[in-house]
Amino acid sequence: MTDLTNLTLAEARDGLAKGEYSSVELTEAHLKSMEAHRNLNAYITETPEKAIEMAKASDAKRAKGEAGKMEGLPIAVKDLFCTEGVQTTAASHILEGFKPEYESTVTRNLFDNGAVMLGKANLDEFAMGSSNTSSYYGNVINPWKDKSGKDLVPGGSSGGSAAAVAANMALAATGTDTGGSIRQPASYCGIVGLKPTYGRCSRWGIVAFASSLDQAGPMTKTVRDAAIMLGSMAGHDAKDSTSAPMAVPDFEAALTGDIRGMKIGIPKEYRVDGMPEEISKLWDDGVAMLRDAGAEVVDVSLPHTKYALGTYYIVAPAEASSNLARYDGLRYGQRVMDDGDSLDDMYMKSRAAGFGKEVQRRIMIGTYVLSAGYYDAYYNKALKVRRRIYEDFANAFGTVDTILAPTAPSAAFAIGENEGDPVKMYLNDVFTVPASLAGLPGLSLPTGLSSEGLPLGLQLIGKPFDEETVLRVGGVLEGAANFTAKPSGLEG
Amino acid sequence: MSYVIEGSTGPWEIVVGLEVHCQVVSQSKLFSGASTKFGNDPNTNVSLVDAAMPGMLPVVNAECVRQAVKTGLGLKAKINKESVFARKNYFYADLPQGYQISQFDKPIVGEGTIILDMPDGSTKAVGIERLHLEQDAGKSMHDQDPKYSHIDLNRSGVALMEIVSMPDIRTPEEAGAYLTKLRAIVRYLGTCDGNMNEGSMRCDANVSVRRPGEPFGTRCEIKNVNSIRFVMQAIEIEAKRQVEVIEGGGEIVQETRLYDQRLGETRSMRSKEMAHDYRYFPDPDLLPLVFDDAFVSEIEKELPELPDEKKARFMRENGLSAYDAGVLVAEKEKADYYEVVANGRDGKLAANWVITNLFGALNKAEVGIADSPVSAENLGKLIDLISDDTISGRIAKDVFEIMIETGGDPEKIVEEKGLKQITDTGAIETAIDEVIAANPDKVQEIRDGKDRMLGWFVGQVMKSTGGKANPGMVNQMLRDKILG
Repeated sequence: MTDLTNLTLAEARDGLAKGEYSSVELTEAHLKSMEAHRNLNAYITETPEKAIEMAKASDAKRAKGEAGKMEGLPIAVKDLFCTEGVQTTAASHILEGFKPEYESTVTRNLFDNGAVMLGKANLDEFAMGSSNTSSYYGNVINPWKDKSGKDLVPGGSSGGSAAAVAANMALAATGTDTGGSIRQPASYCGIVGLKPTYGRCSRWGIVAFASSLDQAGPMTKTVRDAAIMLGSMAGHDAKDSTSAPMAVPDFEAALTGDIRGMKIGIPKEYRVDGMPEEISKLWDDGVAMLRDAGAEVVDVSLPHTKYALGTYYIVAPAEASSNLARYDGLRYGQRVMDDGDSLDDMYMKSRAAGFGKEVQRRIMIGTYVLSAGYYDAYYNKALKVRRRIYEDFANAFGTVDTILAPTAPSAAFAIGENEGDPVKMYLNDVFTVPASLAGLPGLSLPTGLSSEGLPLGLQLIGKPFDEETVLRVGGVLEGAANFTAKPSGLEG
Repeated sequence: MSYVIEGSTGPWEIVVGLEVHCQVVSQSKLFSGASTKFGNDPNTNVSLVDAAMPGMLPVVNAECVRQAVKTGLGLKAKINKESVFARKNYFYADLPQGYQISQFDKPIVGEGTIILDMPDGSTKAVGIERLHLEQDAGKSMHDQDPKYSHIDLNRSGVALMEIVSMPDIRTPEEAGAYLTKLRAIVRYLGTCDGNMNEGSMRCDANVSVRRPGEPFGTRCEIKNVNSIRFVMQAIEIEAKRQVEVIEGGGEIVQETRLYDQRLGETRSMRSKEMAHDYRYFPDPDLLPLVFDDAFVSEIEKELPELPDEKKARFMRENGLSAYDAGVLVAEKEKADYYEVVANGRDGKLAANWVITNLFGALNKAEVGIADSPVSAENLGKLIDLISDDTISGRIAKDVFEIMIETGGDPEKIVEEKGLKQITDTGAIETAIDEVIAANPDKVQEIRDGKDRMLGWFVGQVMKSTGGKANPGMVNQMLRDKILG
């Protein structure tokens, strides 16, 4: 039997349906792979017993002819999703040991559809980061190596999810994207990542970072896998007021392979100064592939792009500073307190010990931009710019069906690089943040390798709730790019 | 009414604005499904949302929105069809989220008016600046353990309406009248039960003083006063303090103060420098609250008759004075009671009985209208007994006393105690003849033109019949017999 971990989600689904193997076999193969690649630190918590139990139940369900859309498929769950009875940390010390008594809507949907959970994937603390180096549980190592062979970051914040999928430690993984946290690590690890439209997937039960931006999505090996998995994650949820009351389309059916006559927008503002030659070339190649497939390529302008990063780094920390106020040491997670301490002492000690540097930095930035006297200059202005950014896209989508751009300005970088320079680190999000601010769907897929042999991704940005077009064009681009390279850093 | 504080340098006017928190009557909390029931064991009415567990999200309770709109309509206020929930950020142990979801620059209800009914029967309009919806915090208990504070989250997340007045109030009495009227309105509407002692209605008072005609002075906010009487006291005491400070060469510092009803003083709680920076911003977990005209007009249709309209109707239809009508409508239960009594009867007579006799007796016994031993039906019957001459007004008062004590039916009381008015001419004639026979000199005085003496005879006859003789008949028959 071939290594079951090499399968795509779609292949495994079909193999299970044909009875070529059981979910237990599929799950065991992945558990073995997880063990083999534990050095990557892709998981914070492995749940092998639960996985086998779920796989057995799934096989039994299938035997009764009740197979769901994700029946028996083992996946990793980003440790930002609350999972009932399973430690949920958000990669923070402050939530260490926290076992929710509830299941997030997205994981509930996936499990109801038959998915099997292998464990909780590592991430940047509270999803704040682009390198997965801010996790309290240690950084994740990218399964890919450059020519020097040093350890590289997997990107972030969904770095554990991306590494797990790239290293065949899961058929697929859930991610969340606030400013690029699905798309950028997908690009760095050579996999597919889809950030759906804001409101497509429920945020209920996902530890909040920036509520107006956070969105769950699939991280997979192929575009088809992303379509399959999104179909199981998405759906209106009355428990999330920002969840869209819309029906979930058959995303897989959108993969017709036919994009003739479709208009693809190329935003000139994304061709930033100092863009590496290989990124430019990657983009140009992508344009050519889509043109060859019969699409019409159109130049579009998104004039407020240059303000997006600044806007994002006001809006997201502002919301985070408030969202993270609940981690106060009182009701759950870590409490640090000495005899005779006041309430304020307990707050300060618990939060100082519980939050890492990057989280503290963002709480302080967010607190500052919301403060009396600064609110108008920062937060309020950011909201106005955000509106302009949305209008830029709306204008562009008046003429084009989807927009093509690079996912990230570079390939994966070495662990430790950029650590001393938060602003440089934030620049990793420059191409992903605009679609986040506009709430639009964005799909990243690998289309080439850097000179160092590292994967590079392109992203397709779509109209609100038009993941179907993004997936259709993505499927065609995937076929044309024929990205078959495998991570170079995996032993065995 | 001109109310001033006489300082050593002259008169001072006080300026007051009130912020009242009204707990919304609803089954569940503003953003969660947990029960709002009062008095349950600590931490039993707490959902995952109320405890601010990670990843939990608020979903607005439509019933609370309806109640706020209803209250806005009752305050004749502008209803904002689009409003925004904002987070008010501060750390406290009984605030699990670390922020209170409130409304800031876009409240659900805008400007309105409350008409105060003053004790002298006059009225005064006080502006409403806004009404907004917000979450209540939990309760901190510092007296349960020598070392730790205890937190009860049952109240955490319960819907409050914060109703903010314009600084239109000029006397402690007006502040009292404002709270009384506001309480009456929300109780009529059924949007808040208005019990200040249970905390379902709480008041903060913003107080400043100025010399008449001058601009507003610096204000101090007195927090959480828990009865109307204490609000009135606190305002007066705080205003006097401010006058003393200013006249002593000092300056008023804007700050939050507490009223200590035991010591009869206000004292500083936190100064402006120590004031929180609440960092309000729109709650990204909630969409703007939007509804249409149809939503508002549906609620409008459910509006009951409110105190002002009821008062006007009592004056118009029943000929009551503004004062009497005001007293009757102050509480919906009182007005309802009165309407039962007045139904099909003389409205003014009914008002007299209800206000003078019944309310007098209830006040004396310190019971509310809901616990009145005399039902409205029985009081009505008593009035009927007077009207159809079964008993006299004087006997009626005796019957009423018995009703207050026993809660009995007046017809039965009259029957059992034999209090029926004597309308038998023979019996009355006998009594008259006896009195005339015993007082020939007085009979002569009347015949000589001293008509007024007739009253003395009536009194004597009434006395000899134990008050039961029909006074009208006695009068007429005496007149006939003596003056013939």
